[in-house]
Amino acid sequence: MTENKKYTHKDMASDQEVRWCPGCDDYVILRAVQKALPEIGRNKEDIVFISGIGCSSRFPYYMNTYGMHSIHGRAAAVATGTKLANPDLSVWVITGDGDALAIGGNHTIHAIRRNVDMNIILFNNEIYGLTKGQFSPTSYLGQKTTTSPFGNTQPPFNPGELAIGANSRFFARISGNRPKEMASLFIEAEQFKGTSFIEVLQNCVIFNDGAFDLFNKKETRADNQVYLEHGKKMIFGHDSNKGLKLNGLEIEVVTIGENGITEEDIMTHDAHDPNPTLHFMLVRMKNPIVTGVIRSVKEMSFDERFVGQMKEQLEASKGIIFDDLVNAGQTYMLD
Amino acid sequence: MDTKISNISSNDISSVVVRFAGDSGDGMQLTGAQFADTSALMGNDIATFPNYPSEIRAPQGSVYGVSGFQVHISNEKISTPGDDLDMLVAMNPAALKTNLADLSPGKMLIVDTDSFTPKNLKKAGYSANPIEDGSLESYRLIAAPITSLTKAALLDLGMKEKSMNRSKNMFTLGMVYWIYGRDKKHTVDFLKKKFKGKEIIIEANSRALKAGNVYAENLELIATTYQVRPAKLKKGKYRIIMGNQATAWGFIAAAQKANKELFLGSYPITPASNILHELVKHPEFKVKSFQAEDEIAGVASAFGAAFAGDLAITTTSGPGLALKGEAIGLAMMTEIPMVIVNVQRGGPSTGLPTKTEQSDLLQAMYGRNGESPIIVVAANSPSNCFDMAYEASRLALEHMTPVLLLSDGYIANGSEPWLIKTLGELPDITPRTVSKLKGWTPYTRDKDTLAREWAIPGMEGYEHRLGGLEKNVETGNVNMDPTNHEEMVKIRAEKVKRVENDIPELEVEGAAEGDLLVVGWGGTYGSLHTAVMSMSSKGESIGLAHLKYINPMPKNTAEVFSKFKKVVVCELNTGQLYKILHFAQPGHKYYKYNKVQGLPFTGSELIMRFEQLLKEEA
Repeated sequence: MTENKKYTHKDMASDQEVRWCPGCDDYVILRAVQKALPEIGRNKEDIVFISGIGCSSRFPYYMNTYGMHSIHGRAAAVATGTKLANPDLSVWVITGDGDALAIGGNHTIHAIRRNVDMNIILFNNEIYGLTKGQFSPTSYLGQKTTTSPFGNTQPPFNPGELAIGANSRFFARISGNRPKEMASLFIEAEQFKGTSFIEVLQNCVIFNDGAFDLFNKKETRADNQVYLEHGKKMIFGHDSNKGLKLNGLEIEVVTIGENGITEEDIMTHDAHDPNPTLHFMLVRMKNPIVTGVIRSVKEMSFDERFVGQMKEQLEASKGIIFDDLVNAGQTYMLD
Repeated sequence: MDTKISNISSNDISSVVVRFAGDSGDGMQLTGAQFADTSALMGNDIATFPNYPSEIRAPQGSVYGVSGFQVHISNEKISTPGDDLDMLVAMNPAALKTNLADLSPGKMLIVDTDSFTPKNLKKAGYSANPIEDGSLESYRLIAAPITSLTKAALLDLGMKEKSMNRSKNMFTLGMVYWIYGRDKKHTVDFLKKKFKGKEIIIEANSRALKAGNVYAENLELIATTYQVRPAKLKKGKYRIIMGNQATAWGFIAAAQKANKELFLGSYPITPASNILHELVKHPEFKVKSFQAEDEIAGVASAFGAAFAGDLAITTTSGPGLALKGEAIGLAMMTEIPMVIVNVQRGGPSTGLPTKTEQSDLLQAMYGRNGESPIIVVAANSPSNCFDMAYEASRLALEHMTPVLLLSDGYIANGSEPWLIKTLGELPDITPRTVSKLKGWTPYTRDKDTLAREWAIPGMEGYEHRLGGLEKNVETGNVNMDPTNHEEMVKIRAEKVKRVENDIPELEVEGAAEGDLLVVGWGGTYGSLHTAVMSMSSKGESIGLAHLKYINPMPKNTAEVFSKFKKVVVCELNTGQLYKILHFAQPGHKYYKYNKVQGLPFTGSELIMRFEQLLKEEA
């Protein structure tokens, strides 16, 4: 292996014109990825971006790495094959809420279950963009869209619930307009060996503008979003005086200094807890929502298990060649 | 299930030899006799050969106490109980020990695993359990816990354990009935008569018979009755090989030769699963077998592995091929090499999973959106599966395109002698890996074959993006220009067409010119060959041209066809190659002969049709 080369974010950009709508959060994500990659210590020929279909899935064309714009919903399955073929690659899956949770739902849950070492970035905008504004599996009940003029009647998935339900070892959520946090989160995801599943709350300016305003906008973010960091208190709010406290099987929002609440009473985030119960409760919160790395639990990745088993067998049968296979067992001569 | 007399599902002789062997107390004589009687009532000729132990009650489980009953059933007149067993049923280790020598490798072996206890193994003289030590690997072993399954079926009848055990022969018979498509009714009637007044025994035995039948159905057990009789085998070292095993080995050989790692992405489906079963056994050849969550993930993971530089394959049967269509289109569009194996079964929809058919040819040729030509090849016998798997890999890697290999249930589960091939004697495979960065784009092509140069993730300086969107003919960037698109469509088609320069010519057997040319493809070769050669040896003006390369066809196809007055296309479908030939090879007088019963052709029906065609005026 050659020594790792030094890059800037510019080295990661391809010469192709980026063709998302002006003001789309996709630009923010693209920049965050391009900023993160020089920091992961990998050569760019060893990085592969694999996408499905949808607005987000144009992403690989804009990266100056290897890339595959595959077919609708199947990126996780394609990426699994790529990773097994060459486990040394840094594999990234770019997908959207329709791609990963509707047509590709099966591949998403099985990739997470197996814990293939790859990073799945879910661009969740709660709408179908490329096909012009139909509801998606994350659109809220009652949402008026091209295909639900009287309000959506299909209850949505919460991607965090789905991921943790599929035994996700790494789940993170981030606002689509926080490039700095996003970049550091991508670096952490890449360093995690296993399936890192990152939900980006990504604003679609055309078909679902403002969907995450309450959580994402600077003015309202502080009071409606708790950015979790491992080992730190779950404190939030404009005045940093609100926090999350466990009360039986519920998480309640409390104010420090009121009703005898002190900082001691606020929960400390443990992303490494193997027990997913609290992580599950956290991702279910409606307001405030939690962001950051919510769950990060080490476990051997699927490719490590797969390659490890193959190496064992290779070792055990050293020196065996194809001709041994065809000549083994019962053979006979005809003269 | 439909049980016509023709359903022995064999090749031209249409006969089956089964031997039931067990302890003298296991009721093997009665079991064998029922199989024979039922077959006779269904219109078969039968011959049987009972073989009792010399002692009336030899010690249980000992080799002296083994009792056997051999049954030969046939559509034609027969005079012997048969020489070569198609199936051996061994109810205990002693029965296996004393009868296995008569079963050729590749044939079906049913054993009751419950009886393979340390005590019984010792009595039979086994030092290790043959079911577990790999010594039965060359047979089609069906290891079923027959005793415990029988008990489970009879549990609520309130019988004693010993009485329940007596019905295990009926469970076994039920399995054999499913495999050979026999009707249960005769045996149920027989039981009613024999045990009149003993309702519980009638119920127990009928129930065991049905339970065994359902068990075999759920396992989708398939008869192995493939027989080819080539004129004369070449000198050399042989082994018996099954079609699916040969397919698996062909891929291993190709990967080794091409210096590639082999990746299989697959989802289990009858009758293709045992390619997966075989390949999972061979990590020692760096075979990466991945059982995916569904058919689409099977092909998608193979595609992803191919993109990363492996020799990647996916294996399936008809319904699975329907699901894989979009990903195959992506491989065609991105010009990534991979092989898709379709072991055909009776369709449409779920169809007849355990029966053979050739009805996926049109799906293989055209089952994708857009202008989507790929290479289509077909194996014609169990041992030829090795050659065609190897050839499919060679064509994929050297021409940068997906290749679809058609096999079918008949040859996939059948076996025949295979002249062993070692790696050294196989043709070279040279993947089109790029070596010169200067001036390279993802669509830099070989000027003769039009195959593009392959750059693989990990290769420095060649970072590029591929995808399902149309690309610029030179740069490989996304491009929606009308004339560019048309040019790319034509290039992709021309690339596949030019493969005709890299495949062998079509050979003719029998007469090289004359009155009637028989044309077939795939697993019908054995039947067509036998029929044509028998007529040709009697002086009829008849030849056989059997296609292994369907898209593109060998360059001399038109020339071969033009030397005959009539061309009859014989297929186990309603005429799919027949349709293709009308525009792929126009200008000939085509006739057809088709059968869609889930069964192979028989020699007599072919000869009848050919004689009729020879008699009729053109």
